[in-house]
Amino acid sequence: MVIAPPPVIEIRNLVTEFATRHGPFRAVDDVSFTLHRGKTLCLVGESGSGKSVTARSILQIVDPPGRIISGEVKLHRHHTARGASQGDNIVDLAALDPRSAAIRAIRGRDIAMIFQEPMSSLSPVHTIGDQIGEAIRLHESVSRKEARARAIELLRKVEIANPDKTVDRYPFEYSGGMRQRAMIAMALACSPGVLIADEPTTALDVTTQAEILALIRKLQDDDGMSVLFITHDMGVVAEIADEVAVMRFGKIVEQGDTLSIFEKPQHDYTKMLLGSVKQLDRPSERRLKRRAEKPLGDVLLKVSGLTKAFHIDRGAFFKKTDPLLAVNEVSLSLRAGENLGIVGESGSGKSTLGRCILRVYDTSAGTVDYTAKDGVTRNLAALSETQLRAARRELRMVFQDPMSSLNPRMTVAQIIGEPMLVNGLYQGRALTDRVGELLELVGLPKSAMERYPHAFSGGQRQRIGIARAIALDPRIIIADEATSALDVSIRTQVLDLLLDLQERLDLSFIFISHDIAVIRYFCDRIAVMYKGRIVESGPTEQVCTDPQHPYTQALLSAVPHPDPRMRGTRIRTRYRETS
Amino acid sequence: MLFAYILKRLIWSIPFLFAVSLVAFALISAPPGDYVATFAATLAQSGDVVDQARLEALRERFGLDQSFLVQYWRWITGVLRGDFGISFEWQQPVADLIWERMGLSVALAAATLLFTWAIAFPIGIYSAVRKYSFGDYVISAIGFIGLSIPNFLLGLVLMYVSVVHFGHDASGLFSEQYQQAPWTWDKVVDLLKHLWVPVIILGTSSTASLIRIMRANLLDELHKPYVTTARAKGLSEMALLVKYPVRLALNPFVSTIGWAFPQLVSGSVIISYVLSLPTAGPLLLQALLAQDMYLAGAFILLLCCLSVVGMLISDILLAVIDPRIRYR
Repeated sequence: MVIAPPPVIEIRNLVTEFATRHGPFRAVDDVSFTLHRGKTLCLVGESGSGKSVTARSILQIVDPPGRIISGEVKLHRHHTARGASQGDNIVDLAALDPRSAAIRAIRGRDIAMIFQEPMSSLSPVHTIGDQIGEAIRLHESVSRKEARARAIELLRKVEIANPDKTVDRYPFEYSGGMRQRAMIAMALACSPGVLIADEPTTALDVTTQAEILALIRKLQDDDGMSVLFITHDMGVVAEIADEVAVMRFGKIVEQGDTLSIFEKPQHDYTKMLLGSVKQLDRPSERRLKRRAEKPLGDVLLKVSGLTKAFHIDRGAFFKKTDPLLAVNEVSLSLRAGENLGIVGESGSGKSTLGRCILRVYDTSAGTVDYTAKDGVTRNLAALSETQLRAARRELRMVFQDPMSSLNPRMTVAQIIGEPMLVNGLYQGRALTDRVGELLELVGLPKSAMERYPHAFSGGQRQRIGIARAIALDPRIIIADEATSALDVSIRTQVLDLLLDLQERLDLSFIFISHDIAVIRYFCDRIAVMYKGRIVESGPTEQVCTDPQHPYTQALLSAVPHPDPRMRGTRIRTRYRETS
Repeated sequence: MLFAYILKRLIWSIPFLFAVSLVAFALISAPPGDYVATFAATLAQSGDVVDQARLEALRERFGLDQSFLVQYWRWITGVLRGDFGISFEWQQPVADLIWERMGLSVALAAATLLFTWAIAFPIGIYSAVRKYSFGDYVISAIGFIGLSIPNFLLGLVLMYVSVVHFGHDASGLFSEQYQQAPWTWDKVVDLLKHLWVPVIILGTSSTASLIRIMRANLLDELHKPYVTTARAKGLSEMALLVKYPVRLALNPFVSTIGWAFPQLVSGSVIISYVLSLPTAGPLLLQALLAQDMYLAGAFILLLCCLSVVGMLISDILLAVIDPRIRYR
C-alpha cells in the first residue's frame, strides 16, 4: 500500500458568512477537506457555490462584510515554511486576526494565491518587476537589486521570453497568458508550500489555458508544492486533479479521488454536472433528428470578401496609420434553418465579423448579401442607415453578458417591448400581450414582466435577452458568445431553448463562440477563425473529428477533455503562423 | 518614452498658445466701439467739447484705425518682447500694472490649491476606508454644508466675525504700512498673515467637493482585484492602501490641476472685491468695463497661458504617475 502524503492544510467545519440586510448569508457552510503535500485538490462548483470564498477564507482575505464564523483552518507549517524549525508547527489560520502580523507572514510566504483576471489582479501602474520584487521583500530582507534579480529569475522560470527586459514592463504591455504567468511568478516568489489558484485559466483562451496548466503541473513536480485549484470546468479537473471536492450552495456535496468522482459519482449534483458536460461536445440528438425531417432551405445570407480595418494611430506629430485587419476577406454563407458556428480565440475577429454583418460597424470592403422576407436580395454593406431599418428587423443579436446587455433601470416588459415600440408594431394592451407571449416562448412566467433584470439569475436573464431578440420575428439571430457567461448546467438549457425556437419560428443562427463543445452541440457547420481569416470551414463533425488546418488541430488538441483517463494521452500542438 | 512624451507636449503647446493669443485678442476687440469712443463719451458727459480731429489723432496714435490683423500683429510682437502696450485708462505701460497683481493672484491660487489638497486627501481617504462610520457621516455633513455656502457669504461672515470679535481687519492682503512698500522679508510675513482668510474662503467649497470626489474614487478602487492580490501577498493594510488604491484614485485629481489655476484666478473676482484684495480679478473687470483693451488683453492672455501651462503640468504629472497614458 502506498503511504498517503502528509496533510498540509486541514479545514474543519469552516463557516463564512456575509452580513446582509436580510440577516447573515452563509457562503461557506460547514466545509471540511484536507489538502495533501504535493497534491492537487480541485474545488469544483458553479457560480455562487462558495468555492472562491472558501479559498479566500483560508488566507482571511474575504472582503467585508464577509467573515469567518467558526471552524478551523489548520496549516502544517513544518511542511510549508522554508527553513522552518523542526518538529510539528500547526497554526489555526481561522483563529488569527485578519490584520495581524502573524497571518501576514503566512500570506504569500507559506500560501500564495493567483486569481481569475490576471489583468485586473495586477496593479496597472506598477511594473511587473516591482510587483514581484515587493512580494520577495515583504518576507525576506533582501536589497532592491537582489529582489529584481530574483524577479528576473522567476520570470524565466515561468517561461517568459527576455525576462531581463520584460521585468520592467507594465501589465498592459503583456498578453493575457503572459500576465497569468507573471501572477504565477509573483506567487512563487517566496517558494510557498501551497498555491491557491482561483479559476486561473477561465479568462484565457484554450490554447493558453493548456500552457498555463502544464506550467503549474511542472512547477508542482519541481517543488513538491500543494495546489488548491478552484474551477467550474470539469475538463480542467480531469486534466489536473488528484482529488476533487464538489461544492454547491456553500456545502461540499461529494469528495474523493478524481477517477472515482468521474466514474462513480454518488451525489445527484455531481452526476448532473458531469452529465451536462458530456452532453455537450457531441451533436444535439434533437438537431440531427430535425435536420433529417426538414432539410435546409436556400441561402439567406451570403458574405463575400468582408474586410474590416481598424486604424491605429502611431507617431508623434504626423499620424501614420497601421490598419489592423480585424476581419480579413471573410466569405461565408448561411442557409435558411441552418446553424453556423464561428469559433476562434480572443482577438480572432469573430465578434467584429458578427457586428459587421449587422452593420454595427461599417465594413471596409466586401459584400453582405441578404435575401429578405420579400425575396429581394440587398447588399447590407452598402445600405444607408434608413435603408437598413427593415433588414435590422430581420437580423437580431443576442449578447454575451446577460447582466450588462439589459438596462438595469427598465422592467422586463420595457426591455422586451422596446424594439416593437421603436418599430411601431404594437402599442398598449397589444404590446403587453405580445410581451407575455414572448416570455412564455422563452420559458419564463408572464409575471416576470413587471420585475427588473437584477431579480433574475444569469440563465433567466439570457432568456430575457433572447425574448428581446425574437420580438420582431427575425429570420437570422447572431448569438455572440451567448452561453459563455452561463454555468454548464444552464448552458445546455439555453442551447435547447434556441433549438426549440428555431423549430417554432424558422430561425437561422450564426453562433459565435470560443467554446468548441457548445458549437459541436448546436451548429451544423463551423468556420474556424484565426487572426481575422477563416482558416477552415465545413460540417461541424467533419471539422471536429478530422481537422485539416494546423491551427484547428492545435485548437482542438488544447481543449481539456472531461475524462481523467485521457490525461497525458494526447499530444498538444502549438500553432505559430509562418509569414 | 517619458521624455519623448514631454517633448511632444511642449512642442504642441506652442501653436496652441498662438491660437489662444489670437482668440484673446479677438475677444477684447469684439465689443462695439473702442477706448476712444468711451473716452469721448466720458468727455461729453463732463461737458467738454469733443474735438473730432483730436479723437482721430488719438485713434491713430493707438493704432485703433488699423485692421484687426495689423493691430494683432503689433500687439503680439510687442508681447513677445515683453511689451504689453499702454493702458489707456492708467496711461502707464501695462507690464508695470499687471505683474504684481498677477503674482499675488498666482500666490493665492497656489496657496488655496495646497490648502485644499492637504485637507481633502487625508479626509477623503479616511471617509472612504471607514465608509458609513460615524466619522464618515460627520465629514459628509460638513462637506455638504461647505459645498452649499456661497463664497462671498462666507467671506462676509468671516470678515464680520474677525472685526467684531477679534478686532482684526480681515480684508486686503497687506497691513496698511506695507501696501505701497517695496518687497521685503517683513512684507512677505505680513502677506502670509493675511493670506489665510481668502485661502479658507476660496478653499472651502473646493475642499468639500474634493473630499467627495476622493471618497468616490477610492471606493471604486478599494475592492478591485489587485487590492486582494496585494493583501494575499502579505502586505499590511496601510502600506497597500497607499501604494495601490490611493495612487490610482489620484489620477482624476491630477487632471484637474489644469483648470484649477485659471479658475482660482477668475473665480476669485467676487471675493477679491468683497475682501478688497489687490489681485488680478478686480483690475481685469475694470479694464473690461472701460474697454482698456491692452490691459484686459494682457490679463486674458496670461489667464489663457495659465490654463495651457496648467494642462501641460497635469498631463506631464499624469504621464509620470500612470504609465498607461504615455504609451497611447
